Formats: sequence, C-alpha cells, structure tokens
Amino acid sequence: MTQTDFDPAANYEQTKREAGYVPRKEATQETYDRIGFMSGLEVHQQLLTKEKLFCHCPGGIYNEDHIFDAEVIRHMRPTLSELGEYDGTALMEFKTRKNIIYRVKNETTCTYEVDDTPPFPVNREALDISIRISLLSKLNIVGEVHITRKQYLDGSIPTGFQRTAIIGVEGEIPLKHKKVRLIQLSLEEDSCREISDVGHWRIYKTDRLGMPLIETVTYPDMVNPDEVKEACDYIRFLARSTGNVRTGIGSGRQDVNVSCRGGTRVEIKGVSHTRWIPELTHNECFRQWSLLLLREKLLKAMPDFSGWKIHHEALHFHSFKFTHPPIVQAKKAKDRLIAVNLPGFQGALSHFTQPGKMFADEISDRLKVIACIEKPNMTHSEAFEAEISRQDFDKIREILGAAPEDAQIVVWGPAEDIPTALETIEERCLMAFRGIPNETRKSFIDGTTIFERVLPGADRMYPDTDSPPIPLEDQHISRLGEDLPDEVIDRYHQFRKWDIPEDTYTYLFRNNLYPEIKRIVEELGVKPSFAGTFFGHRLKFVEGHYTRGREFHYGLIYDLFRFLLDRELDLALTRKMLPLLYEHPKMDFESILTSLKFKKIPKQDIVSPIPFLRTKYAQIRYRDDREAEGRWIMGQLHTMALGNMALAELGKIVKQ
Amino acid sequence: MSEDFFQGYKGDALEILKKFSVRVWGQASINTTRGVFRGTILPRSENDDDQHIVMKIPTGYNVGIDIRTVTDMQETGYKKAVYKIPEKEFPYSPGRPNVKLIGTGGTIASRLDYRTGAVIPAFSPGELYGAVPELADICNLTTEKIFAVFSENMGPEQYKKLAVVIGQEIEKGADGIVIGHGTDTLHHTAAALTFMVQNAPVPIVLVGSQRSSDRPSSDAALNLMHACTAAGHGDIAEVMVCMFGPTSDEYGFLHRGTRVRKMHSSYRSTFRTLGDTPLATVTRKGVKPIKPLYNHRRKDRNVSILPYFEEKVAIIYYYPNMQPDMIDSLVENGYRGIVIAGTGLGHVNKPLYPAIVRAAEKGVHMYMTVQTLWGYVHMFVYDTGRDLMAKGIIPAENMLPEAAYIKLGWALGQTDDPQEVRRLMLTPVNDEITPREPYNGYLVYQGGVPEVEEFIRKFHK
Repeated sequence: MTQTDFDPAANYEQTKREAGYVPRKEATQETYDRIGFMSGLEVHQQLLTKEKLFCHCPGGIYNEDHIFDAEVIRHMRPTLSELGEYDGTALMEFKTRKNIIYRVKNETTCTYEVDDTPPFPVNREALDISIRISLLSKLNIVGEVHITRKQYLDGSIPTGFQRTAIIGVEGEIPLKHKKVRLIQLSLEEDSCREISDVGHWRIYKTDRLGMPLIETVTYPDMVNPDEVKEACDYIRFLARSTGNVRTGIGSGRQDVNVSCRGGTRVEIKGVSHTRWIPELTHNECFRQWSLLLLREKLLKAMPDFSGWKIHHEALHFHSFKFTHPPIVQAKKAKDRLIAVNLPGFQGALSHFTQPGKMFADEISDRLKVIACIEKPNMTHSEAFEAEISRQDFDKIREILGAAPEDAQIVVWGPAEDIPTALETIEERCLMAFRGIPNETRKSFIDGTTIFERVLPGADRMYPDTDSPPIPLEDQHISRLGEDLPDEVIDRYHQFRKWDIPEDTYTYLFRNNLYPEIKRIVEELGVKPSFAGTFFGHRLKFVEGHYTRGREFHYGLIYDLFRFLLDRELDLALTRKMLPLLYEHPKMDFESILTSLKFKKIPKQDIVSPIPFLRTKYAQIRYRDDREAEGRWIMGQLHTMALGNMALAELGKIVKQ
Repeated sequence: MSEDFFQGYKGDALEILKKFSVRVWGQASINTTRGVFRGTILPRSENDDDQHIVMKIPTGYNVGIDIRTVTDMQETGYKKAVYKIPEKEFPYSPGRPNVKLIGTGGTIASRLDYRTGAVIPAFSPGELYGAVPELADICNLTTEKIFAVFSENMGPEQYKKLAVVIGQEIEKGADGIVIGHGTDTLHHTAAALTFMVQNAPVPIVLVGSQRSSDRPSSDAALNLMHACTAAGHGDIAEVMVCMFGPTSDEYGFLHRGTRVRKMHSSYRSTFRTLGDTPLATVTRKGVKPIKPLYNHRRKDRNVSILPYFEEKVAIIYYYPNMQPDMIDSLVENGYRGIVIAGTGLGHVNKPLYPAIVRAAEKGVHMYMTVQTLWGYVHMFVYDTGRDLMAKGIIPAENMLPEAAYIKLGWALGQTDDPQEVRRLMLTPVNDEITPREPYNGYLVYQGGVPEVEEFIRKFHK
C-alpha cells in the first residue's frame, strides 16, 4: 500500500491557516479575544540574605559545573498523597527511572542540602523581607506561617519536596491601565541547578539549592502577551524597590501560565527574561488553539476513540536500506527499531502547533523526557524531508498492515526503554482526542516551547512535620511596614511628571534607581530630566561598555553631582567622569579630573581666543559659511570649556 | 463518644470556633483585620498554641489565622478528608524464598499525624508493600505487625516477644526474617536478639529508615529491598542490621547486631560497625561478604530461644567530678547490674571508689566499657584501672556500652551467680567481644583522613 498524494508541508500550512495563526507583530487585541487568551504568572525572586533559608550555608555563592568536592546519587519514588492517590507528575517521573546525581561543593552545601539533616529554624531575615514585599503587594498577611512540603520528583530538590510557606494571600498590583489581582506570595527554598539530563542520568549542582526565594502568584487576569510582560515587570520592579533582593542572572525567573478558550492551563517554566514573555505566551496560546482544531478533526473522523490503539512491529535493520544517520547510529548502538501505526492519524502528525513545529514534535519531546531516549528518537510518515526512502516506508506500511488514512512513526532506542516509549506514543495520541494535556513546558529564545513534565496538582502538598508554625504578631508586621518604599506605580507617574523619557524606565526600575534620582533632584536641585537621562542613558551605556569596579555603587553618582556643584563646575562633566568612576570607584573626584586633563579655566579665558580663531578660520576655510565657522571654533574650544561653562552658552557667544 | 469536631483545638481558639460554629474540615471564610481568608479548617497540632486556626487554602498550602484578628467567620461547606492508604496483598511466586516481615513501628513504617503534626508509626507492612512493589521480585513476603511503638519505647518486653515470634517463624519454615524497626534503638534490639535468638539457621535482618516513607527521597524502600534480599537470598544466618552504606542510593551494609551503633542523629548512613568492619555489603543483586567468617545458612530449624531479661540494670556514662551518690542511689533502688562507660582505657575518678565498694558488697554486678567506643578496656595500664578491678569491676573488653548493658540484663535474667554472670558476659555470642580489631575498620569506614577524602571525591558518598 502506498501513500501518493499526501503532502505534509501543504497540510502544515493549511492547518496553520485554519488555526488563524498570525505572527505576534500582526496580532491585535481582537486576535487574542478571538482565541480567548488568558495568562497568569508565578514570579520568583531570590532574596538578598547572608545565609540560605533553612540552614546556615552562605547564599549567593556559585560554582562551575565541573568544580565539586563530592557526588551523591539518589532516586525519587512517588509517595501516596494524603488522600491515598499518586500525583500525576510523580508517576511520570517514576516511569522515567532517573538516576539523579548531585554535585556537591563543601563551601555551599551541608548535611541539610543533601537531605541528611532536618531543617534549622527559618531564616528570619528572609521572612522579614518577604513580609515587606507582601505588604507592598497589598496582600493579607497570614497570622501564622506554616511550612509546607511541595513535592518535586524531578530531583531538583534532594528531599523530593520544596519547603515553602504562604506569607500573604489576595493582593493586587496596579498596571498602567488595570489592576491585576494576586493569589498569594510564598517564601520558599530555591532548587538545584541542572547540569545535564541525558538518558537515565540527570546531574544537578547544589550551590543554589536552599537560597531564599519568594514566589508571587497572580490570577489569570492578563488578556494579551504585552500585559503579561507588564505585570511581570511590575512584580519584579516592586521587589527590587526594597533593595533586599538579589539581582543578576538567575536571581529572578518566572513561570507563565497560559490557556486559550477551551484549552488547559499550561505552565511555561523558568523564563529568565521578561522580554521573552510576549512571544512565548503568544505561541503557546496558538499551540493550544491548534491542538483544539486537531481534536475537532480527529473526533470528526473517529467519534468513538475509546478503542483507539497503536499497533507496532519490530523492524530488522538489515531488511531495509536506511541511510538516515540517526538510524544508522541506532543500529551501531544495538538499539531496537520499532514501527508504530497510528490509525486514522494521517494529517495529524504534520498538523501545525507552533512556528516550525508540528504535532509529531509533541510526541518526540515526550519520548525524550518520559522514555529517556535522546533526540532524534523517531521519524514519521509526515516528515517534510523524507528520512526513510519511499520504498522502505512502503514496506513498513505493509508490515504494519496500515490503511491509507493511517500515519506511522518509526522509533528507536535501548530495548529497556521501548515499552515506555510505546506507552508514551499511545498516551500522547489519545490525549489529542481529549484536548490539551496538563503540562509544564520549557522555553526557548525563539519563542517556542517543548514538553517538560506533567503539571502537578494540589495533591502534592504536605505539612512539613519538621518545622513548627511561626506566629506573625501585628506589632512586628507594622514595624516592618514603617519604612516601605514608594509604590512603583507612583514612581512611574513621578518619572513622567519629571519629563524623564519613557525608554529609560525599565532600566531605572530594574536597578532601583528612583531613590538616587530623587535624592539628586531634591537635595541638589538638579533638573529631574537631566538626572533621569543621565542614569537611564549614560549610566546604562557605561554599564554596557566598561568593567565595573568592585566597590562601585549607585550612591557614588550622588557624590559626583555634589562634588561638581560644590566646585561650581558644569554638570556636563559627569558624562566624561562616569566611565572612570565606574571602573575605579575608589579614585577621588579630583584625580578623575586630573586624569581627564581637566583644568579650571575662567570663562573670559575661554572666550578670549574667539577673535583670533575667526581670523585663523578665514585663512584655512574652504567655503564662506558662518555655521561652519561656528562649528570649527566650538571644536577648538570644546575641551577647554567642558565643565567650565555650559556649551550652549559658549555656542551663543561664538555665534555673535 | 460523639465525633470530635474541633480536633486539636483548645482554649481561645476552640472558643472562637464554637462561637462561630465552624468545624474542623469545614470550608470557611474568615474575616480578619488583615483581610479575608478562605479555605478548609484543618485540625491543629495539640502542642501548638491556642491563638491560631489552621487553614488549607485552595492552592493546597496551609496558613494560620491569628484569632485576635478575627472579626467574623462562616462555614460554607464541609468535607472531611480520610487518610487511608490501601493495603495490598503480596503476590506469591513459587521458587522465591519466603520472608517474614515483622513490623514494630518506627520511621520505616510511619506517616503524618494531624494530631501532633508529627510522624506516627502507622503504615502496616502491607501498606508498605503497596508503595514498594519491587519487593515481589525478591521474595514471597508475609507480614505481621506485632506492635507499633517508636524505637525509643522498645524495651525488654518487646525484645522477649520478638525473640519468641522469631523462634516460631523459624520453626514454621521461614527462609529469612526481616524486622522493621525505628532507628533510635535499633542497635539495642539487635544486640538483644543476638543473645536471645542463638544458632538461628536463617538470616534475621533488622531494618529501619532515616527518612520517613512519606517522602520521595526516603531510604525506606531501598533499605527494605536490601533487607529482603539479605533475608531471602543471603548466606549469613545471623542477627544483622541492614542500613545504607553511603548516603547515596547505592548499597547497604549488613552490620553484626552486637557491633553496630547509630552514629549520626539524622544521616542516612548513620549505622556503623564499631571496632570491626561491617559484615557485608548488600544490593538488590545480592549479598557480598566483607568478613570471611560468619554463620552460614542451614536447612535445619534448630534455633535456641533464650528470652530472659533483668530490668534492674543501668548504664552509667562517667563524666569528670561524678559524685558517688550516682552509684549509691542505683544500689539503694535495687539495681542488680551496672555497666560503666569509662574514660580512656576504662577509668573513673577516685571519689567514686567507696560507692563502688559499697555496690560490690551488695552483690551488684559491675562491668567496665569505654566511652571512646573504639578500642578495648585496658585496666592494667594505670593504677586506677587496677584499683577498680580490685574493687570488683570487671573489664568487658571491647564490648560496646549498649551491647554490654543489654547483655548484662540478659545474663542477670538467667542467673545471679557472679561466676556464671561473668562467664556469660565474657563468652561472646557473636563478636560482642572480638579477639582482635582490624586496623582498617576505623580508617576505612569513618572518613575524615585525607586519603578517605580523596576516595570520597572520586566515588559516590
């Protein structure tokens, strides 16, 4: 039996059109309303504390992957929940039979991290910071903090659960045009960092494990991708406004929950930049919308799918002329090669899901994660570029006894992983009849995502029997609330009132520069737009182009302004001085001026050579042009004038 | 008795629940000066204060509400949770060894108690099997829970009953015995069973866990698999403790019941053989002996059960400036035997001498062991030691203090004759006293020396 007229590429384009997919740039609110875009956030932020949350190891010390003192190997087993049921993720993780290795560095790891000692009392510094951020987020602070165990069976935490506690519930944050409701804020321990995950071996390092982290969870109030980013930025800026959170790579990460109308909450995990959010949420919403379309088609063709199942046959490498390199490699590795028939699935495998991805990719992703077979782990009858020759595929269809409306997958991998692989293929196909699987997905910079894990349910929460509850007294909470920073939204409005250009705001909030600008404006009387632009443009440029001296901090910029004003020097000098100050923060301002070859020159000495320069220009000029003359003279005097008089003033004099 | 609607609540918190007529397991909305909280009211741990109400919010987390902030409360629903874990009957496969698992309680068989918020012994071995189906690939397991107590509550009554039950199971034809036990006093029980169950033809394996089985990272499952392998397939027919070798999920150690001791309050690999090397390593593939000499498995059923114990025995941990009344008070209270854990080679200070003489005159049996745990009592080296022997204290060689305590109780349970007690004490049943100490026992299995650090760096700890 042969398939002659099916064109997977055309099918892909057609299903993409049917789903109404448009690139994000062309999408409007109407686009999102049409597919029922809905999104919520879980924003994680590390707190700036000396020690970790439940032990006395130092926080914020990281090591390279290959530097470690010891390795510990563990396995995670699902445990029955309080209600006598296994959690979905738990079963999946158990199916994967992963050996989990922890690389341990003595400096950052004690017996607590490797789960060989119960927790020490919770870090009070972290608790207080999380209460302050909760207050800023208008959350209702709990009367007593209860440490809860939240199960994670991927091994990212050696105990198999994360110790976490709710600090506040039901709050809100104001965005420019709406309010977003918050479900809760919790204080929790950070997880291990993954080094690698290949086959049945997953390696983690424990340096980050146990660092205090807060998680702010919003309701799914966001109705378009840009709003999700705006809300996320707001939550991050709010945390940063306290000055008590960690900054830098990995210190803030978010999980983004997305669904479309009729879809399922899917969690995109560990997005480390808010600027990636719009593309990711856009694509995820359309992925779900496309999968719903696929479901509709499958149900139309097979309304009763209860008896639907795959059929498979083992293939002998030598009976075919395979040239596809991964299959050749599989033969060398003595892997098994299995052909699988998917009844009635023609057109499903090449169905559009995300830009550059089709339904078959959903299966391949799961084979990697659940059956632990590294990619490429399969090929199929609807690949754009045939990876198995026409003749061979015809033969495979014959072996399988396939009907024309069927689709086929050829999968390879170690013999012991094949049963799980077959289960995984059947399971994912059956899910296509039901809708969108509950899952967490891993993000890529190009805005696409792949399957990561089955989304865990609320079944995975247990009280932590190792920790007593911690009462929070009214008195303590009000003391923590006494010196809270201004709200980010108020700061935003103040920036606007100050005429500071909007393109600087992200940078200013990210680095919590509002207090510095305010101090310079209010105490030194500097024009706000100048101060704001200086931080938002000049400082940002310098940060991007020079090496930061270890002792540099933003407070030095106030000192710089103050120095120039005291010396009655022009503030334009700040631009020149900043790079040196940034690289050598211990250098005094006088020395910076000296190394810039700056001399204090009275105004009359600067302007006095103008008549001479006019005469000189007349001798060397190519053309008779007053403007050009002015520019040339300014160029001659610029260096001398900088810092001694405003250049605008000099320009005026030259023009006269 | 009517149902307890306010499990664990007392005092002010109980009053407020009653006032607003809100029950435990009720879904409630609580208005407070800090805002509104919604969720299910949970039982409160009895030892916690009476100023807070515990609630499970819809996201699954628990929070406490300060009752002084409560302005109003309403029950909007009620749904009681039932924490029942299904027991599964163990499948029988002909050809696999028959192993009896005896449950006593402890962490290997425990789950959460909402009353105290702590872990209670409650998993029946059958439930445990439900969670560790791999056991069926190792043996045919039958289970019996003979008591459910924390390890620290194990005592002579339990030792004697265990010995009798083990004797019965051996007679009935078990190929091996596994005893699930809390870890705190696992080594006391192991010593007791060594003395009470002698000449056993099959392995008797005590096993526990350091991380409770309600945790994904629990060592319970692997320990149980190792114990069943040792009991069903191993050739070593002795009373042994089976626990993690390293903290990694790699292999277990089998320790002789008389030479083993819990050495860390929380580590997985807390059990160490002292004064010797462990008997063997065990994985799911089988038992690999480290020591060449041991009692081999036999076909016969000739076991001696000697369930004796005199409870009036004490152990004294000597410290500088210990006063003689410490010993006098024991004697006055009718104690028949005292094991002293002395300093160094087996010493106590001079002010105790008169009390020791008084005890000896009353016929109290006194044995000296060492606090150092490693090494022998050597009472001839210094005058102090000779003085003490002259006053009636008998050196117990390299018997561990806990093993000596158990053995003295067992010996005095049979006789009060000093010569006979002395014979029983100093004739080893199974290496509680060894003629020699291997030089590498201390080095290899304790860690800490640079060479061992190097080893640890290269291999899984």
